[in-house]
Amino acid sequence: MDFYGEVVSLTFKVVGKSIPRIDGLIKASGEAQYAFDLEIPGMLWAKLVRSTIAHGIIKKIDYSEALKVKGVVAVVTGKDLPYKLGIYVGDRDVLAVDRVLWYGQPVVAVVADSLEAAEEAAEKVVVEYEPLPAVLDPEEALKPDAPLLHPKLGEYRRAPGFNPIPGTNIASKYELKKGDPEKAFKEADVVIENKFKAPMVSHVYLETMNVIAWYHRDGTIEIWSSAQSPFAVRYLMSASLGIPLHKIIIHRPFIGGGFGGKAGLNLEPLVALLSKHAGYRPVRLLLSREENFYIAPVRTGIIAYIKTGARKDGRIIAHDSTYIFDSGGYADYAVNVARAAWYKCTGPYDIPNVHCISMAVYTNKVYATAFRGFGHMEFHWAVERQLDILAHELGIDPLEIRLKNALLPGKGVLPTGEKLREDAGRLDQCLIEAAKAIDWGKPPEKPKEPWKVRGKGIAALYKGPAEPPNAAASAIVKFNEDGSVDVLVGTTDYGQGTITSLAQIVAEELGLPIEKVHVRFYLDTDANAYTWQTVGSRSTFQDGNAVLMAARDAKRKILEIASQVLHVRPENLELRDEKVCVKGEPWECVSLQEVVFGYTYPNGHTVGGPVIGVGYHMPERRTYLDPTTGRAPDGSPGAPTIFITFGAQAVEIELDLLTGKVEILRYAGAFDIGKAINPLLVKGQIYGGAVMAMSLGLFEELKYGKDGRLLNPNLTDYKVARAGDIPKKMIPIIIENPQADGPYGARGLAENVMIALPAAIANAIYNATGVNIYEMPMTPENILKAIKEQKPELIEKAKKALMEYLEKKG
Amino acid sequence: MKITLTVNGKKYEVDVKPNETLLDVLRDKIGIKSVKAGCWRGECGICTVLLDGKPVKSCLVLAAEADGSEIVTVEGLMKDGRLAPLQKAFIEHGAIQCGFCTSAFVLTAHWLLSRNPNVTREEVIEAINGLICRCTGYEQIIEAILAAAKYYKK
Repeated sequence: MDFYGEVVSLTFKVVGKSIPRIDGLIKASGEAQYAFDLEIPGMLWAKLVRSTIAHGIIKKIDYSEALKVKGVVAVVTGKDLPYKLGIYVGDRDVLAVDRVLWYGQPVVAVVADSLEAAEEAAEKVVVEYEPLPAVLDPEEALKPDAPLLHPKLGEYRRAPGFNPIPGTNIASKYELKKGDPEKAFKEADVVIENKFKAPMVSHVYLETMNVIAWYHRDGTIEIWSSAQSPFAVRYLMSASLGIPLHKIIIHRPFIGGGFGGKAGLNLEPLVALLSKHAGYRPVRLLLSREENFYIAPVRTGIIAYIKTGARKDGRIIAHDSTYIFDSGGYADYAVNVARAAWYKCTGPYDIPNVHCISMAVYTNKVYATAFRGFGHMEFHWAVERQLDILAHELGIDPLEIRLKNALLPGKGVLPTGEKLREDAGRLDQCLIEAAKAIDWGKPPEKPKEPWKVRGKGIAALYKGPAEPPNAAASAIVKFNEDGSVDVLVGTTDYGQGTITSLAQIVAEELGLPIEKVHVRFYLDTDANAYTWQTVGSRSTFQDGNAVLMAARDAKRKILEIASQVLHVRPENLELRDEKVCVKGEPWECVSLQEVVFGYTYPNGHTVGGPVIGVGYHMPERRTYLDPTTGRAPDGSPGAPTIFITFGAQAVEIELDLLTGKVEILRYAGAFDIGKAINPLLVKGQIYGGAVMAMSLGLFEELKYGKDGRLLNPNLTDYKVARAGDIPKKMIPIIIENPQADGPYGARGLAENVMIALPAAIANAIYNATGVNIYEMPMTPENILKAIKEQKPELIEKAKKALMEYLEKKG
Repeated sequence: MKITLTVNGKKYEVDVKPNETLLDVLRDKIGIKSVKAGCWRGECGICTVLLDGKPVKSCLVLAAEADGSEIVTVEGLMKDGRLAPLQKAFIEHGAIQCGFCTSAFVLTAHWLLSRNPNVTREEVIEAINGLICRCTGYEQIIEAILAAAKYYKK
């Protein structure tokens, strides 16, 4: 171990404590500034004109009447903005050029000196289209005669490891094989095959997408944006527009929710270019909720086919799956979602023989992006339902079949051939603890109303950050004159609690009270340290490791200065309680304040100087993956993720057989996160993720008409969970098997809390009724439909029970 | 037209258009940005303020309708720059994540507890059911409100 590095002590002063979030006060008082709250004097307003067809050629745009509206400064069309955007596949227009790909796609932008003028002018823009046949279903889009969304797919820029298939609607396709699945299926005692589906959904972050951009005359661009990953916004803008990175400055204030929906590059380049077209004046674009539904990217939908082969004892010996992700009009993050689902295709199980195909497919809908869980909820829905169906076929308990096949540390082999590290999380512990918390094995109590039934369900999950093998994080720990520190990081805390955890790590490492550690809330790309993105539950692990290294670097510098003052070697000094003391003689000290800006002797001579620590984290021994094999480019096992967080989610539900309504009575979620830096905030993630996952599982779906028009672009018709919908009781369970290279052993969590819950609910519905649900969301009408198809007698029985109950009541 | 509003105890005279909402006036003319908006049509509730003591969705109230009324936003709950018990409870119980909805929940809870400090969990849920929080799953918000209730008892 590094000479200056402290051995991780067994008793922490700050790490592991439930400290309230350090940005709590500024948020509770209403002072926190969001992009939504910012104004720049002289700022202009933009308004977008949207496509009124799902697919077609733009024949003519007439904006002569719009230009006559008082206050209009500029009208801009796609042809004025000849750039291609896209993180992994460069397929995206800034505004539609020649062709529109979905109902609601922005086609024209109007800039005016007030929102009212911009709105009035936008209504006067006339666009003529030549409609083309539209395709809304990704399976239909795969057919040879399907309308092609991107005829020039082969000409687009693409990132390494992504695999678009020109001449088709496949934005990217992946395939892998492990063992000999053909042979194993022949040897299996039982083979089952099923199809599962989940729809596109909206993030419904409460702060709608909004950007202020100012293209300055000296060629620099300043942007204030509600964006999760400001450094990715900067990088992708630079790459697309051909502007050097230092000429683009992203200011990131507080963010009103993101959940992956603000992970990449969205409206920023458009508004920056509008600023230039408006004569280098600042321009604001703020989406209404309706516009946000039509324009902002959504979560991928999925159609999943799974075939499973098992022995009689429940051991799974073969897995074959095809995951078809609905990418909408552009590839954006959906191609990486499909990739992440591909290399983790089996779910958290050790299956020797595997064949997996995964792809992202273009359809004429708004494009899909990252959403908390990054495709894992979609494919775990299939894997975890399939496993219960298998368990029932074999007459094995659903908990037992999971324990029997669980990936275990030091033994399990992932689909890419990578052996699971010895200090990985323990899925078996998660399963057992979650099951115990809902009294697994004990039948549920009888419901009060006899037309209701109760059941229990469990599902397991795993996920790690889906990122390139060189996705870095960095940090700066800067001492101030009084011995306090400023910490500069690149990550965005839009609620997860990251900056509080990072402050705890710095305080722990430097022996400072948490009050003396300030992690900068607001971020500017020209001042803060770099991080690749705020995605994939990577921040605690990667930015956490970066601040740990930076704090240790600062400590080394402090001890070097103090060494000159106290006349002992640095290794014989220790830092504690804001003092540097000689080991063994704790009365021989110099205060931190006296050394962090250099030590000044009584005669004025000064040694040392202001202490600044720097640190970084780079994924270690991670590989690119060959999209046709899942192996590293040299054929060795593919190693995509820096950690995997395992978990299990269990529910007890009550189902009304007459209305189809599900109520969650108890929920338990157990996650092996290595070390909870802040248990209060960890619990917040577990609660919040459970309710969001429940909401997706039971309510949420973007509904499209036959013409491709979105039917529910508002929060009345698109229902999200409210306080009255949440589980009656939630039990968060934190399991801590530390990972050697995590900060204090920690792994990430924020996405994992989402992944398996819908499957657990569906498994509980089966437990209560014997009815299998294959499609999300489990709305009352969808549940009743499934019961009517599979077990209509249950409804008749429930009706009878209701009648008897009413008669008895008189 | 000119209207008069008392906001957090301070009197304002503002010139408003007939179609302008209370939300617009508070944010853009008076400059109180703690009042957020998420849907502009009364669905999410995060623009909630207290109008003559009662919670209203300020995006659904025309400024002209609010003429002469008394408005309280989250700043109005604080005293000499110190946090109100509810604000403190929200911080301590982890009831804040992104913070965009926090003001609306705090104000609604203040109205609830001012009327009835002996609330049950069910009553808290009923009171906040018109508001959306997408981060917290409501659990810690409910806990915070129940914990703050003791400060409202005489």
